Amino acid sequence: MKQITCTVCPRGCLLNVDEENGYTVTGNVCPRGVAYGKAECVSPVRTLTTTVSIRSADLSRCPVRTDQPVPKAMLTDVMALLRKVQIQAPVRCGHVVIANVLDTGANVIVTRDIEVKRHEGS
Amino acid sequence: MSDYQLIVVGGGPAGMAAALQAHEDGLRDILIIERDHDLGGILNQCIHNGFGLHHFKQELTGPEYAGRFISMLKDTSIKVLSNAMVLQITADHQVHTVSAEHGYQVLQGKAIVLAMGCRERTRGAIAIPGDRPAGVFTAGTAQRYLNMEGYMVGKRVLILGSGDIGLIMARRMTLEGAEVLACVELMPYSGGLKRNIVQCLEDFDIPLYLSHTITHIKAENGRVCQATVAQVDESRCPIPGTERIFECDTVLLSVGLIPENEISREAGICMDPRTGGAVVYENMETSLPGIFACGNVVHVHDLVDFVTAESQKAGSAGAAYVKNTAPSDGSTVTVHNGTGVSYTVPQKIRTGRIDKTVSIFFRVVRPCEQCHLTVSCGNEVLATFKRDRVAPGEMERLTLTKDVLEKSDGTITLSVTEVSQ
Repeated sequence: MKQITCTVCPRGCLLNVDEENGYTVTGNVCPRGVAYGKAECVSPVRTLTTTVSIRSADLSRCPVRTDQPVPKAMLTDVMALLRKVQIQAPVRCGHVVIANVLDTGANVIVTRDIEVKRHEGS
Repeated sequence: MSDYQLIVVGGGPAGMAAALQAHEDGLRDILIIERDHDLGGILNQCIHNGFGLHHFKQELTGPEYAGRFISMLKDTSIKVLSNAMVLQITADHQVHTVSAEHGYQVLQGKAIVLAMGCRERTRGAIAIPGDRPAGVFTAGTAQRYLNMEGYMVGKRVLILGSGDIGLIMARRMTLEGAEVLACVELMPYSGGLKRNIVQCLEDFDIPLYLSHTITHIKAENGRVCQATVAQVDESRCPIPGTERIFECDTVLLSVGLIPENEISREAGICMDPRTGGAVVYENMETSLPGIFACGNVVHVHDLVDFVTAESQKAGSAGAAYVKNTAPSDGSTVTVHNGTGVSYTVPQKIRTGRIDKTVSIFFRVVRPCEQCHLTVSCGNEVLATFKRDRVAPGEMERLTLTKDVLEKSDGTITLSVTEVSQ
């Protein structure tokens, strides 16, 4: 029996996962806890949120995320890849920066509308 | 002097939700005043996800959550005055602003919604001894540098305080290649959400030291080079002999948020010292008629979804005030904090103004399992509720019916008691 805190929502249910009996989950308040509890024991995944460099905008970073969770063990690899990426303003929320990043099946998408720079030197 | 039906001070999630709700309720001349270039407030730097599960039934990042409200505003007649600072508001609903573009302006509203949010408690406020070098940041400042402006604030980081922003920054700094040595918390429990302890600290093997604090910061060449951490006793005093040294170049402080209420105080609005925000009625109206407040300027929330819901209430009430459609007050009930309760919002309830029920939000003083919430008037218990688990970091809510309130003599007391096992 493994005890884990569900991170699907801010409620943070304390889940009991029975690894010897098909990863049966108890202690969950909603069905998402069942899926989370099993996945966390079998192959933990996380949605990655970070930023990429953006040119011609007022600010120098553009927020992005993976549009579905990726294996926890691959977070640093995805970060290393995104460190080399630069995009150009304007961009719209949902714009795909990298499709199927490192063959995870997840796309890295922009999470904010960013316009071109308003004033030079700002 | 320009006239508006409603002037909203602050264009973060609270201000946008209040303005949109007032528009929905029929007002057309609405102005939002925002000091930044962009709407969205603090959400723009909160690039992590976890927002919107209640309001949109979807997990969004901060910029996405703000973006949805920004697009909704575009389809309305709501005006936005950005890059403008509000200097003063008055009891007769004047708003004094200054901006580079329009200079000094006095705007007249029929009603005002205050949605200025909060700011971070700083090193000065908690008085850490030692040198005063570069490398000490509030967690939110570091978050803005990193997520919006593209500056990495340090390489070896110690975090003081385990509030949500500190936890989120522990993960962000780690992902960006910094080494986060530890998160140090004065209290015997974390002030952040449990999910953040798991996904921000445990995921990256960052130790959390409860009942510990930083007792000294040392500098070398003007930059942090060392922090001393010691365990504290029950009265939160450092215990000699428990010191340990962390070699670090950066200290991030996540030691609390303070509602930003200078203009509210100056206007003469009655404040609650426990929340740091205005005393509000059931519809978020302050002690000055026609001036409403919502979001983190009233009390610091855990989730933006709750800010949105509270602000919609304020927007609706603002619209009702302007249209003069609010029902008569009835009798007023004051909510007192009993044992184990640190504050409640609202603090006052006008029974004539509520339909059938009223929600009361509150925080507890310390974590507690299997407890009873008791609403009483004098020695008489009016209602009790059960909770499996409460914690200061998680805002609680209970719903009272109108008949419970009508049984009181004008005051009710909310208390929390642990049920002995």
